[in-house]
Amino acid sequence: MATAQLAELSNVGAMTPRPFRVAERVQDTVDTWTLTLEPASGTTPFVAPGQFMMVDAFGVGEVPISVSAPPVVLTVRAVGAVSKAICASQPGKVLGLRGPFGNSWPVEDAQGGDVLVVAGGIGLAPLRPVVLRLLAQRGAYRNVTLCYGARTPGDLLYVDESETWKGRIDTYVTVDAADSSWSGSVGVVTKLLAQASFLPVETTAFVCGPEIMMHFAIRELLERGMPEHRILVSMERHMDCGIGLCGHCQLGPTLICRDGPVYSYAQVAPWLEVREL
Amino acid sequence: MTDPRVMVVDALDELIALLAARGFRVLGPTVRDGAIVYDDLDSAGELPIGWTDRQDAGTYRLERREDFARFGYAVGPHSWKRYLFPPRIRLWRAHIDGEGVPAIEQERPEAQPLAFIGVRACEVHAIEIQDRVFLGGRYVDADYAARREGAFVVAVNCFEPGGTCFCVSTGTGPAVQAGYDLVLTELLEGEHRFLVEPGSERGAEVLAALPTRPAAAADIEAAEASVASAADGMGRSLDTFDLRGLLARNPEDPRWDEVAQRCLTCGNCTLVCPTCFCSAVEDETDLSGTEVERNRVWDTCFSVDYSYIHGGSIRPSARSRYRQWMTHKLGTWHDQFGSSGCVGCGRCITWCPVGIDITEEVAALRATEEHDAAVA
Amino acid sequence: MQRSLESVLHDVPMLEGLGDERLALLAGCARNVRFDPGSYLFHEDEPADSFYVVRHGSVAVEVYVPTRGSVAIETIDAGEVLGWSWLFEPYRWHFDARALTLVRATAFDGACLRRKCESDPGLGYALMGRFAQVLIERMQWMRLRLLDLYGDGAAR
Repeated sequence: MATAQLAELSNVGAMTPRPFRVAERVQDTVDTWTLTLEPASGTTPFVAPGQFMMVDAFGVGEVPISVSAPPVVLTVRAVGAVSKAICASQPGKVLGLRGPFGNSWPVEDAQGGDVLVVAGGIGLAPLRPVVLRLLAQRGAYRNVTLCYGARTPGDLLYVDESETWKGRIDTYVTVDAADSSWSGSVGVVTKLLAQASFLPVETTAFVCGPEIMMHFAIRELLERGMPEHRILVSMERHMDCGIGLCGHCQLGPTLICRDGPVYSYAQVAPWLEVREL
Repeated sequence: MTDPRVMVVDALDELIALLAARGFRVLGPTVRDGAIVYDDLDSAGELPIGWTDRQDAGTYRLERREDFARFGYAVGPHSWKRYLFPPRIRLWRAHIDGEGVPAIEQERPEAQPLAFIGVRACEVHAIEIQDRVFLGGRYVDADYAARREGAFVVAVNCFEPGGTCFCVSTGTGPAVQAGYDLVLTELLEGEHRFLVEPGSERGAEVLAALPTRPAAAADIEAAEASVASAADGMGRSLDTFDLRGLLARNPEDPRWDEVAQRCLTCGNCTLVCPTCFCSAVEDETDLSGTEVERNRVWDTCFSVDYSYIHGGSIRPSARSRYRQWMTHKLGTWHDQFGSSGCVGCGRCITWCPVGIDITEEVAALRATEEHDAAVA
Repeated sequence: MQRSLESVLHDVPMLEGLGDERLALLAGCARNVRFDPGSYLFHEDEPADSFYVVRHGSVAVEVYVPTRGSVAIETIDAGEVLGWSWLFEPYRWHFDARALTLVRATAFDGACLRRKCESDPGLGYALMGRFAQVLIERMQWMRLRLLDLYGDGAAR
């Protein structure tokens, strides 16, 4: 079938995926791959830092995935049936995409001050567009520090690329568990904040990782005097539609796909305190 | 618009025939499996003639009436969402060719317009609430929009509310105020007849084509009296003052533990609720994997899987799931969609297998808070 | 030398608020040291006769695991304290400590400090309190790592 027909048939319905081809597939770690996707036809969507796409492995299912670099680069950890099928997609394979959905990291609002990017595990993927944006406009920000924690040295993402970041932003990396080849830092990611140079009241922190990791990172940032509204987090909940209609991604009075995924801690603090909300 | 008219009870048949002739799929109440449900109607003879329902927490029984009322019941387990937001629809299907390229075919929305006979005031409000959910945001549910757009609403004023009704508290009944094409008031004293009022241009057109006569002052008075008596006969009441705040302030109230002891997390309340709108998607393939389709199905926040993310469920306990449902329905719905999600129809009370009563739960939360305030 | 050591101690977060008099007492047991990258500050089972305040560089606390070699279980960076075995019987190191970079540190003589603490319980109390803080912090970090924050969820 011709690609023009494909696009026509896939239509514009927000619940109908558009076909995208895998142009490049790179294995980052033992369970994580980065895919570069191109629309089978038609325009490439504009994706703001922090937005996500609903990614469809046809016949298996669909999951929300944050875009890790423009235009459509996805870093996916193979943990379930759908993400495993996505990760296994070789160049040329067609996946279905809907979106982008959700709001974005307010990177520009941080201009003029210090910036902390605090990432845990796969949480670096949604923050990578932030890092790229900061690098592109490096002069507009004061100290920029990336604190990144992973499980083991083998679980670190974007190892080669992050080497090129190092001269321009302060990069601190730590792992929870090391092997004998690792000569870097060993310890929990929040510990890295002690190394970072920032003026708390004039700093914006972008935090992403497992919710429990964000919980402790936020606590540490607050102890260091950061205001709640300048700590930004990206929240995750079950999603089936991405467009505010299926109800699954409720976080207190908000819908993450519609009002998030990026929130300030000031917004989410009352809901994060309630267990099983 | 025209003035109120009166039609005799047998004219209901003509109304149904007229709507069918105009291309509508006519749906209305009928007795099936011991309950009054909404289904296709071929004639007014299929209406629940002479039946009423006795409802209480966890209880629903049909009983014979002493008259031949057509709408002499409250509401059954069905609501109109069953037709505007069906339990299962296909979203799209795709054929995957030999090279793995999918030809995606989006499902075309239902083409035949729907006509609903016997829509209660609470149900008109429920439809308006779902309109705000599915049509009021940035993204519109195309299937819902198509079904809703042409729907012809024949509303009916209540004259005998059920034992679990509380629409007076929620301000959603028993009188139908807006959102209809025609509204009927069934008058049983003297001649069995209906007061009929149009609420739209096309409602007036249909009315003009029916055999009616001008309403007399006595007809109008009788209709008003019947709705007024319904307002006085509510089985339940709900203090709606600052419900949003009450629920936001009390996520850790011990009452949630208490209700979780009884709640079976079966999700019946969400299925019968006329506003609950949560859905999940399910993918299906044939054995070769070349024919793929995605379906949207009703989901319930009472299931563990509903909040599943990688690693586990956000709400594993019955306590958190009941709290989510009720807090959303009465509280955070305001934040998300600008109104309460409850219309006081009482279905969740009636159809709960253990008789959990949302009005009782609210009263309990309120009592704890007032008690704590008094002690403090 | 004595004066510059005292000013160094002023900047150590753990010793903040100890007071000049007591800092001077501590300085009497301290000396500045440096370690080349890869060299060991101490080895497991050796007598624990000191503790270190790292001023520059980082140190890996390691344990030798048969078949895996030396594995870093935690790294200690500038501003942090390394070593508490000097405080408790049997005064022997439980792990190895290896300089990952050039390390400059201030080393405190454990036996000297213990004597001063015994003769001045106020100093002993203050120092114990501060080491307890360090221990608590390390334990909290360790507890977070026990959660396996980025694991595959199997631990749940």
